[in-house]
Parts: sequence; structure tokens; C-alpha cells
Amino acid sequence: MSTAEKGKTDPDTPKTLFDRIWQQHVVVPESPDTPAVLYIDLHLVHEVTSPQAFDLLRERGIPVRRPDRCLATVDHSIPTSPESWRNQLADMDVAARNQIRKLDVNCGRSGIRLLGVKNSRRGIVHVIGPELGATQPGMTVVCGDSHTTTHGAFGALAFGIGTTEVAHVLATQCLLQRRPRTLAVDLSGALAEGVTSKDAVLALIGRIGVGGGTGHVIEFRGEAVRAMSMDARMTLCNMAIEAGARAGMVAPDDVTFEYLAGRPMAPAGEAWEKSVRHWRSLASDPGAKFDGTVGIDVSDLEPQVTWGTDPGMVAPVTGRVPESAASRALEYMGFSAGEALAGRPVQLVFVGSCTNSRLTDLRQAASVLRGRRVARGVRMLVVPGSQETKRRAEAEGLDRVFTEAGAEWHESGCSLCIAMNGDRAAPGQTVLSTSNRNFEGRQGTGARTLLASPLTAAASAVAGAVADPRPFLDERRRIA
Amino acid sequence: MEAVKVIRSRTVVLPDVNVDTDQIIPARFLTTTSRKGLGQHLFADRRFDDGGQPRSEFILNRPEAAGCQILVAGHNFGCGSSREHAPWALLDFGIRAVISTGIADIFRTNALRNGLIAVVVGEAAHRRLAGTPGAEVAIDLASCTVTLPDGSETAFDIEPFARYCLLEGMDPLGYLMSKDAEIRHYEETAWKP
Repeated sequence: MSTAEKGKTDPDTPKTLFDRIWQQHVVVPESPDTPAVLYIDLHLVHEVTSPQAFDLLRERGIPVRRPDRCLATVDHSIPTSPESWRNQLADMDVAARNQIRKLDVNCGRSGIRLLGVKNSRRGIVHVIGPELGATQPGMTVVCGDSHTTTHGAFGALAFGIGTTEVAHVLATQCLLQRRPRTLAVDLSGALAEGVTSKDAVLALIGRIGVGGGTGHVIEFRGEAVRAMSMDARMTLCNMAIEAGARAGMVAPDDVTFEYLAGRPMAPAGEAWEKSVRHWRSLASDPGAKFDGTVGIDVSDLEPQVTWGTDPGMVAPVTGRVPESAASRALEYMGFSAGEALAGRPVQLVFVGSCTNSRLTDLRQAASVLRGRRVARGVRMLVVPGSQETKRRAEAEGLDRVFTEAGAEWHESGCSLCIAMNGDRAAPGQTVLSTSNRNFEGRQGTGARTLLASPLTAAASAVAGAVADPRPFLDERRRIA
Repeated sequence: MEAVKVIRSRTVVLPDVNVDTDQIIPARFLTTTSRKGLGQHLFADRRFDDGGQPRSEFILNRPEAAGCQILVAGHNFGCGSSREHAPWALLDFGIRAVISTGIADIFRTNALRNGLIAVVVGEAAHRRLAGTPGAEVAIDLASCTVTLPDGSETAFDIEPFARYCLLEGMDPLGYLMSKDAEIRHYEETAWKP
């Protein structure tokens, strides 16, 4: 056993949040020949990556081991437009309809709770897990979706898996895992007005690259992280996968507990008190060793916008496309090296996705749009992350802010982030999007995606072009 | 799963870095409920133009790529989404191995679980492979070596258990199921609120 391995099992050695959760979930320890068998507390399931996994179990006559530890919903292929819902989803793709029906049948047969098409708690899987209180600190959480990293915001070890591993978890509630390395990302200082956790994580990916986190679990730490709301922390952890990391985590604290208290699936009464005591014991010890550390002072950070075809191709909204930019990305995006980002005309603006579709995100977008209009020729979609988020936003009147500004207010779902549900950009269109991926064709064949925060998205919708949100906020303060 | 020991084939080279799974198979093809038949959509937006006609300049459409089973790819291949449809599409198209200097975590696991050999080699070896497209290359899982076009060998990295499963044609699910007693013990003794 190497010194490093020995250190991890010694009770006196300072431990990281990751070390603790890992150790608490090892069923069979790792050896040189075999990975660890790791227990999974919560398995989130959706329509796109599960049908082949259920088939695999059925072919072999294996039952779902712990349906009580699974939670399913439909989000990727479900239409979100009001017209589509008025017409009872008549326009829905036949294959998508079949996929959703299969999930219904599979969950029914195996006794898995499904928040299906007509369920009032339906939504994007990474929005409803936390919203229901299903996601809790100290848990291992997996889903057949790379953005499962989102749940790490609660101090859970949460990561995406493929369909074969979905089958492994359905069959055994366990996964074969090699212990990943750890990376501490320290965000010091305070985010300025108009700058969000989305900007911080885009800046991080710009710095370490889209493969910079490969093989690592990131723990986000520092005063800027402590000051963030749960919604903001979820945005941060959501994008950890865009740096290639296995997972992103934030140590649970009072902000976490306050968010979870009273949620339908959160522990209550005596179990709540006991849980909070346990959750408080998880944080990394002072002096705990990470395999790597990155520090960013966010005090001077500006709103960020991507200009290229991966999330690491990013610059401040006041900046320019780098002179060294890859020619393939420039050609696809229709940018020139050295071109200013602000002023780039946009045709479509999307506020939504598992990255930025929560109440805080919607409030931010609304704060810019209140009393203003979406520019002529720009289509803006606002897609809440869940039906519950939608109801809460409507109770605050946010839907009216959006519709009065000329934006569309949709039902919940993945929508334009993944463009496999009817919401799609046309070839050549520029989309200012609060989602997570600006890959070629992600939002539609030939569509050009610029990633940014909800504030920047709303400001750009009003301007009809990429715009710095900060002047919009200052102006509002003067009015007030 | 069928046992795999050696893959010997000419290579096709796609040198772009950070090739994401949205490129490998766009999301609009993910409404399928089958693992089969996805090869026709492999790299759909790069292989075909707006009218559905093959783009002759894309490497997988070139006559010299026909029959190549080894893809030499740029760094961080398979980044992005966890869709297992990506390795399914590559396998269905006829690709049986990917060699790169870096392969994204989830893609690599998905690939190996399906018998698509995903191996990481050093930069010098990668340069030689990328510089000689169409060369006959052998990937030997037993010795963990790639025989380069000049006849020299280079070692590659692969997770030992995944390698064992590939060599023996063993399904990792069977191994996991064999740990039922340990899993039950864990469930009985793990922390509960």
C-alpha cells in the first residue's frame, strides 16, 4: 500500500469531503485488479438513457434491486412550448413518444416512482432532485446524464454514467469505480454586482480547459462559494463536467440545510436533527490534501461569454475573440479573431436548462427585463426547470414580466439546451444561451451558441446583440 | 460480450481536439430505444450536408477510410454528454478501437463496457500514429502495447479490470452481482438517519 493510500484510511489524517463520502460508500475496496464496488444512494432516471438498461435487465431476468432508491422523470424529449401543450403534445415526435411510454411501462413494472408527463412535480431531473429534497448531503447520486454533477452542490458525490452502468445500478444499486483524484478550486473574493456563479465557472473552464478536470472530483471552496445561494452553487457544480471533471462538490453548510428543510423527501423531525449532525461532519478538514489546487480571485471577474465551440473558449463580455482562436471554431461561429464580443447580433435567447432554470435564475433574467422589451427580430424562450419552479415564478409574477417583454414562457423541460424536443435553433442562427454546451450543432444543426449567465442573456435579448448586463442594473438602481 | 485480444487494422485519423459526443452522435438521434443501427448517424452533421449528401472531404467518407477499425483521435476525445449512443454508433459503423492522448472519463467507461477498445498513448506515439493515416496498426490487449507503423511498440494505459473483462469476454455485471452478500451487508450496516 502506498503512503497516499495509507493516509486515506488513517483516522487521524485530515480528510476531504470527497474522501469521507467515498469511504462511507465502499462496499468492496479497490485492489490493483478490481475497482471498488461503490454503493449508490440515489439513482435518477430519465427517458433517453434508460430504455436499453431496462431491456438488459429484462433479457437476463434480473429485477430492479432497490426501486425505492430510484426516482424517474421525463425531461429531455418532452416538448415545452405552450402551443404544443394546448394541443396535447400532438406535434410530438413518434420516437420520443415511444421513449416516454417505455419509461412509463418500465417504471410501472419495477415499482420506480415516476414523475411523468402529467405529474405536477415533473421537471428537469437535476432540478427536481434538489427541489424535492431527494438530493441530500453525503449521498452518492448517479444518473444517465453528465450534468448529474449538479447535485454535488449539496455536498453529495454525484456523477453521470452511461446506459450500461444505469443497468448496473438498477440491478445491484452499486457501481464499479476507481477512486478519482481530487482538485480544490478556491474562489476567493466576492462576485461583483451583475456577475454570477455561471461567470465564475466559465472563467474557470477558460483557465483549466475542457479536459482540465479529467479524472478529478472538484471541490469548490472559498468565501465566494460560501456566499452563494444553493441555486448558484448548483450552476457551479453543473458545469464541473464541462471542465471534464467526474464531479463537482460544495461542502454542506447552513445555506444547504435551510434549502432542504421541509422539502417533501428531506428527513423530518428527529431524523432531520440526526441528519444535520451527520452532514456537518462531512466538510473537508483543515489541511486535507488534494491532488491539485486552482485559485481564482473573483473580485475583478466580469460577465463571461463564450465565442467558440467548447465552453473553454470564453472571454469577458467587454473583451474580444482571442487572436489565437482555432480557425475551425471561428469559421463555425462566424467570428473573426480579435472581434469584439459585445454587439454580436443574436436571433435567439434561451433562459433555461439544468444549468440556469431555477427561481434565482428566472428572477435575475426578470430583473433586467422588467419594463423593457425584447429587441425586434429576437425570439426569447424562458423555460423553467420544473413545474414547481414554474408555479413559484408565476406566483411572483415573473411570467408576466417575461411575456410583457415579448418573451415566450414555456412548460418545463430541457428544451433548447439539447434540441431533441421540438425547441431548436435554425442553421446559422446565433443563440445567447444560459445552458452548458456550445458544441457544434448542440442547439440545432449549424446553430451558433454563445453561453452566458441569465443576466447577460436578458440584457442581450433587450439589446438584440451580446450586451454587458451591468449597465442595465445600474440604470435600474438610478430609477429606484 | 465477445472476448477481444488483438485488433489489427489500418487507421483512420481524426486529429481534432475535444471531439464531443454531440458531434459523434447528435441528440436528435437519441429518441431511439435500441442499441442497434446507430452507425448510420455517426458524425451525422460532419458526414452529411444539409441535403443529406455525404461531404466528400470528411475523413470517414473518404475511400481510404473504408474498412478501418482503429480511429486515431485528438486529445480529450468523447467529452461532453454521457450518451452511450456514442460508442454504440462507432461500433455499429465498424470502429473497434480509439487511440488518443486523452479520452473523456464517461466515454472511456462506456466504450470499454461495450468492447470498444479505448486506449491512451503518449504524445510521441500519438504523433507517429496521427502522421501516418492508413498505417496497419495492432493493439494487443494481452501485452498492453500498440505496434506502431514502423514496427516499434508503445505501451498504453487501460483500467486493469476492464482489460480483464475484454480479454475473457466477461461481463462486469456478473461480477457485481456476485457481490450480493457484501451489498446486503452494506445495506444493513450503512449510516441511516
